[in-house]
Order: sequence, then structure tokens, then C-alpha cells
Amino acid sequence: MEITKLTALELGRKIQAGEISVEEAVRTQLDMIREREGEYHCYITVLEEEALACAKKVQEGIRTGEYTSPLAGVPIAVKDNICTEGIRTTCASKILENFKPPYNATVVKKLDAAGMIVLGKTNMDEFAMGSTTETSYFGATKNPRDITRVPGGSSGGSAAAVAAGEAFLALGSDTGGSIRQPSAFCGVVGIKPTYGTVSRYGLIAYASSLDQIGPIGKDVADCAAMLSVIAGGDIKDSTSVQQKEFSYLGALADDISGMRIGIPRGYLGKGLDDEVRSAVLSAADLLRKRGAMVEEFDLEAVDYAIPAYYVIACAEASSNLSRYDGVKYGFRTEDYEGLEEMYRRTRTEGFGEETKRRMMIGAFVLSSGYYDAYYNKALKVKAVIKRGFDRAFEKYDLILGPTAPTTALKLGENLSDPLKMYLGDIYTVSVNLAGLPAISLPCGRDKAGLPVGLQLIGKPFGEREILRAAYCFEQSIK
Amino acid sequence: MKNYETVIGLEVHVELATKTKIFCGCTTEFGGKPNTHCCPVCMGMPGTLPVLNKKVVEYAIAAGLAMDCEITRNAKFDRKNYFYPDLPKAYQISQLYLPICRNGGIEIETGAGKKRIGIHEIHMEEDAGKLIHDPWEDCTLVDYNRCGVPLIEIVSEPDMRSADEVIAYLEKLRLILKYLGVSDCKMQEGSLRADINLSVREMGVEKFGTRTEMKNMNSFKAIARAVEGERKRQIEVLSYGGRIVQETRRWDENKDTSFAMRSKEDAQDYRYFPEPDLVSLEITEEWLSEIKAREPELRDAKMARYEKEFGIPAYDAAIITGAKKMADIFEECVALCGKPKEVSNWLMVETMRLLKEAEMDAEDLLLEPKKLASLITLIDEGKINRTVAKEVFEQIFKENIEPETYVKEKGLLMVQDDALLGETILRVLAENTQSVADFKGGKDRAFGFLVGQTMKAMKGKADPGKVNERLRQALEKK
Repeated sequence: MEITKLTALELGRKIQAGEISVEEAVRTQLDMIREREGEYHCYITVLEEEALACAKKVQEGIRTGEYTSPLAGVPIAVKDNICTEGIRTTCASKILENFKPPYNATVVKKLDAAGMIVLGKTNMDEFAMGSTTETSYFGATKNPRDITRVPGGSSGGSAAAVAAGEAFLALGSDTGGSIRQPSAFCGVVGIKPTYGTVSRYGLIAYASSLDQIGPIGKDVADCAAMLSVIAGGDIKDSTSVQQKEFSYLGALADDISGMRIGIPRGYLGKGLDDEVRSAVLSAADLLRKRGAMVEEFDLEAVDYAIPAYYVIACAEASSNLSRYDGVKYGFRTEDYEGLEEMYRRTRTEGFGEETKRRMMIGAFVLSSGYYDAYYNKALKVKAVIKRGFDRAFEKYDLILGPTAPTTALKLGENLSDPLKMYLGDIYTVSVNLAGLPAISLPCGRDKAGLPVGLQLIGKPFGEREILRAAYCFEQSIK
Repeated sequence: MKNYETVIGLEVHVELATKTKIFCGCTTEFGGKPNTHCCPVCMGMPGTLPVLNKKVVEYAIAAGLAMDCEITRNAKFDRKNYFYPDLPKAYQISQLYLPICRNGGIEIETGAGKKRIGIHEIHMEEDAGKLIHDPWEDCTLVDYNRCGVPLIEIVSEPDMRSADEVIAYLEKLRLILKYLGVSDCKMQEGSLRADINLSVREMGVEKFGTRTEMKNMNSFKAIARAVEGERKRQIEVLSYGGRIVQETRRWDENKDTSFAMRSKEDAQDYRYFPEPDLVSLEITEEWLSEIKAREPELRDAKMARYEKEFGIPAYDAAIITGAKKMADIFEECVALCGKPKEVSNWLMVETMRLLKEAEMDAEDLLLEPKKLASLITLIDEGKINRTVAKEVFEQIFKENIEPETYVKEKGLLMVQDDALLGETILRVLAENTQSVADFKGGKDRAFGFLVGQTMKAMKGKADPGKVNERLRQALEKK
């Protein structure tokens, strides 16, 4: 039996049944990491000792019945923008290269309470700004499906770790597509939950009004199981919402008859790769065959989503990232005279290009005289986009489309052209602007053998519907 | 020379007396070792989120209601962005667009009569930390204890015209806040800080002149001097044909003058935008009526009640209620001894004298009501005379002694021994034959002298009424 080929839930069952020990599972993963990291570079920090110590604790807890989660004992990875107490959390930035948070993120506490074992902290675009994981201070992650290509981003390390068998599940964060797009590029499943479903306490903010933590896994059921662990209102996050029901595994019925699915015409137009288009349309056909009603419709304001997203996200980022000033923690320049120069040099040397670019854009759109023309207008666009989705959801239970306009790009291809990279977010950013849940799952491959991602978008707190449709699709192509 | 009118508006920052900080559970206590009243949230650690302290909102609303303001039903917080080492997030959570209270006013009284000063708005915000320069090490250190202490900023309309009005306004403001119990308003501890916006214009001109903003006054006295100084400076500049520059000036207490800090040109752009980490604050009707119901009796109502219920003259009532502490002592004391006029007298005369002597503020009065009450009872029961009572009161005020024990231990109880008094009088008359002759000859002053001699012989402990009566009887017999 090859342990790494199991899904997280399969492994969890075998652990509960005593067929595999937690330590065995962890050691298998650590071996895998040792073997493959040189090639893929999914992790920034691997927690070998901690994981083995935790394995012992969890094994004992399973014996005494303390851990009842179906994922107890399952080794997982955590994106490096989620705070882990005493364990460095870098956001893939030089400025936080040696930052050890004094506290655990709420999601990390929840993973721990469920008996999941953190193998390490995964690579990402610096401060989650990017779609390729190439802006990481620690170097790019390679796509395990084709190492000449990017894994997507910003949660590229998490998606690649799952795809490479270096973790059974991973946590990512999604501000404009950062869970879904790398999941699509790496051929795994990723969920961006409704804004407020998962506590953001301990997630180092990029754009606070858009950020959500979510699971990346080998299949839909694994993601549903992990989401059940991390979801729930948190007193420490005022924007989180307590749901009545957040056991998502129960939603996985292999039946979508009668479900109404809309495909925005704007999601199939110019800029979309032909092979991606045909894979997505085939997926739609398949769902139709399974009894869903599928039709195309016009979604409002699709074209304005990217500019609105970049204005809002950069504005919030410029404020969120100002605290990295060399005064309290993290990197400080060595050579300076006076406060002003210390600030300037620390931030000049500590941040990468893309991060600086976004902070500059953000500071500009918030500056007096430009606020109304940019930031305020972007907020209005955000409201229009949300209204467009609200109207669509009067007719449809969910919305279907591609996750990204292309399959995984070559390393370096977009790095020199930020605008081209931004345009790649066209199908994902509006979901964050509207605060909706969405899932990306594999729906075939292009001629080069690269996975294509199918995106299903749900109503606010409609995670259960998208999970059901995704599960049904996944079962149909097995 | 032309006649100028001074136009003044005030921005008053008040620290609220909540037990915990505005966005975390840390104590707000003043003092404490540096950086011991902090946590990851108030230190702005990456990934942390603010959670609003409801008490802060209630205090701000209570202040707004007492100042006749409209309460904003869906208030919001905004971020004010700027770099400074005492501001760990590099932004202050404040309110710009939808402050909690607006359009109010309070009535002040000066020698020139009564006047309403408009309140433009009251908004909530967090305080910053403190920088401490270490001259020995030649370095600057940061103490974050004050970070996140809740503040309200009360912004007046430019309705004041003189230093007298400014002081009357501040006195009134302080009394309202103290009576509400929302702040201790201690200027020396920085829990009340006022910035002055001042301009001058020629009498009769409608347009406001260019204003300056003055900071760093730490007493009412300093504020009055700063207003006077700035008024004179501006008039002087204008009368020599100069222009007033819009700028921020810093008051230097030692030099008794102000210095330009920064002009409008280098004023910072704070890039305000709505705080995405907090949800909009809905003030429901129920919540508002709860806060209203809890409003304590304010000063004006108290004054009226003292006149009506206790028959205290308006002038006295004004002095007693001039400090919340004094009014509290008055009421408690009256409840204990049932003698409002007596209590009022002790407060009006002896207490005020001793406060003045000690250069103390009435709000810092430590007098225990039960001690004053038992002193009044001692007099009432004829156990001590007034001269002794004054001495005892001074001891209560200064040393916090227990009056009954004190008079017993010091042997100050009035001597009710009639035989002893009789003997003493006879002896005094025998020793002062000249005075007796004078009295008989119609010189009334001689009687006073004889009373004094008798009291002296009785070591001050005789009942003065009885001495009078018995002495007169004795003289008649002569």
C-alpha cells in the first residue's frame, strides 16, 4: 500500500482503524518532502521534529478517544502567511524572514484540536501578491505536473505540495484567486469559502475585505472535511459569521438533478484559451447529462472586476503592510541615520518589486484628491458586481466557468509583465469582490497534458451546493 | 489700530475610563512598567484583528447625548494612515466619514453671560503609545502600554471668542464627562488634551481668517495663556501687513510662547479609508434607550435639586457641584447625618480653604463622608465646640484621622463639669478685678475678655454658650 496515494479521508480512516500509525504517515510525508523538495520547493519551512512530536500526541489522543475528526493524524501543510506560534511565518518576504509570531491563528488552533499534523509552512507569492509563486523571496515553486511551469499563486506552495504528494491537504488563502488558480494549475481541488466563513485571525492580511482561508486537497471530499474543521464564527474576527451548519461532508450527494447552473457569457469570450474553453464546456455538458439545467447568461460588470479588484486590494495592502517598518520585528536595514532613513531603507530593501508596486498603487488611489476617482469608484463597482451576482442567483443555484484563462504558464513568462498577470485573474477576482464561495476542481487536460480548472461559484454561504455539484462532477469523470 | 475678533474652535481628546482597551482585553490602567499592558492585538502584530469594546461605544454615546448630539445609527470606523514608531500598525483606527455623534452643543456661562457652543462631532479612536528618549544611551524607546486606550475626540464649532469662553467650555466639558463617569479627565496624566484652532478677523468681517492649530498645553492655565499669546501674535502679524500661515504650532510652557511645527504644505495625507476589519456599527433603538436610561444626574440638575430639596443657596450649590467628587461627598454625608446645611458649610468654608492651601483640585479630594458626618454629630451632641471641631476637621483632611477616637485621645471633649466651671469663673473674676470694674462701668468689651480668660483656663474645652451664661450670672451677683 502506497500511503501517499491515499486521500486524506482514506488515510484518516486507516489511522482510526489502526492500520497505519500517525507516525508512519508523518514519516512517509517527511521522506517524500526530502526526496522531492529539491525539485519542487513547495515549503519555506519544514517542521520535522515538531511534526513527529505532534504525531505521538495525536496517536495517543486517538487511542483515548480525544480526537474524533475523520482527519485526525493526517499530515498537512499551512501557507506561510498563517501565524504559527513560535514558528517563523514569513509571508515569503525578506521583511519577515525571521518573524516568529507570539500566537497561533484561529485556524491553526482548530487544526490542532482536530489532530491534524502540520508538516511545514508553504511557499507563496510575497504577501500573497502574485499568481505564480515567483515573487517569493525564497525562490519560485515548480509545478509538479511540469517543472518548467509555475504552480500558480499565490498559494502555489500549498497546491504544489498536495499535487506532489508532499502533503495530504493544505491551507491556502484566497484574495483574488490565490487558492483556486494554483489548484487549477496543479490539478487539485481548492475552495475559497464565503467571506466570513473562516476566521481570518492570524492570517497576515493582504487585503482584509477580500482575504479568506480555505482548503486545498486531492479531491472534493477531502476539502469538504477540512473546511468543516476550520469553518465557524470567531470572537476574535468581527467579520466572521457563525453558521448553523458547517459539516460539509454531509453535503456530498452524487446527485444534481434539477440544479440550475448559469455560465456567464463574458467568461467564455476573448482571452480564454480554446482548450480551456472546450474542457469547461464539456464539463458543463456532463453536468447537464447528470440532470442539471445549464445555460449561458450575461453577468453584469465582468469587465470592471479586475480594475476594481486591484484598486481595492492595493489600497488595503498599502495600509496593511505599513506596519513592517523595522521598528518592532522583522528585517531592519543595517545602515541608516535617523528614523526617516531607517523606514525608507528597511522598506526598500525588505520588500520585493511586486509588493512595492501594489503598495504604491494603493497609496496613490487613497491619496487626497484621488480617493473619489479611484477607491470610492472601485467600491461602487464592487457593489454593482455584487448586485449582478445577486440577480444571477435569483435564476441559478450556481455559476460555472473556467478558473483561469489558461493552463499553467512557463516559469518567468508573466514575471516581467504584471498587467498580463493581472488579467489572468479575470474569472476569480469578482468572486472575492462579491464575497462568494467558489471551488476549483480539475476538468481534464490540455494537449500538453496540463490540468484545466473548472470553477463553480455559489451563493453567499452556499458552500454545500458547490460542494455537491463538484462532488457529482468528480464522481462522473472517475 | 483696528479692532480684531478672535475665533476659536477646540479639538479635545478624552481618554475613556473603560477597564479594557478599545480593541483588545488589555487593561487601560495608567502607569505600569513599559510594555506590560499589551498583547498581540494592541501591538499590531501581523495577522491580528481588532474587536470593538462595546463599552467604548456606550461611553461615546453617553457623552454625545449629554452634549445634545445626534447619534449616528450606522457608525463606521476608518483607518488614518501614517508612520510613527508609537503607532505599531502604522494606522490609527478612528472615525472620519461616519462619526458616532454629530451636531450638538453645550451651554457655557462667563462674566459676559450665557452662550451655546456648538459640537461639530464626537468620534471614537485608539490612542497611540509613547516614545521615551533615553539621554544616557542616546536612544529612543517605545512604550506601547497606552496603545489602544480608547479616546473620544470632541470637535467644537468655531464658536468661542475669548480665553474665558475657552476655559468655560473646557470646564463644562470636563464636568459633563466626569458626571457621566466616562473619563477622569486628568490633564496631567494626559486623559484630557486640547488642541486649539485659532484665527482672528477684523470686527464686522464675516469671513474667517487663516487659522493655526496649537498643541501641547497641559493645563487650563496654559491653554488660557496660549490663546492670549496666539491672539496677540496673529494681530501683530496682521497689523504689520503680514499674512497668517496655516500651520501647527507647539506651545512651550517654559518659554510661555508657541513655535511653528509644520505648515499646511507639509501636512500629512492620512489616506483615510473605511476600516475593513470591523463591521459597521448599528446602534439600535433599544441600545440607545438603555444608554439613556443609565444616564446619571448631571450637574445642572443636581444644582437645582440641592436648592429645592436641601435649601442650599444657588451660589453654594454651584460650588459644591463644581466638582463631581465634592458633590458625591456632600450627598453621602447628608445621607449619613441628615444635616445638609452643616455639610454644605464645612465644604464651602473649611474644605475650600484647605484645598487652596494645599493647592489641590476638588476632584482629588480624599475626604471620607462618614468622617465629616461623625464630626457633625459630635458638634450636634455638644461633645466638642466649634474651635475644637475646626482642628479635628483639619486633621481629617490632612491625616484622615477618626474624629471620635481623635477627640478622646487628645482630650478634646467638651467639659460639662458645672462645678469646675463655677470655680474657674470665680477665680477668673478674682484675678481680673480691673476688667470686672470696667464691665460694671459699662464697657462691654471687658466681657469678651473675661470669656476668653475663662475659656483659656478651661483649656478651650468648655461649652462657649454655657461660659457666656454663667459668667453673666456671676457678674450680676458682684
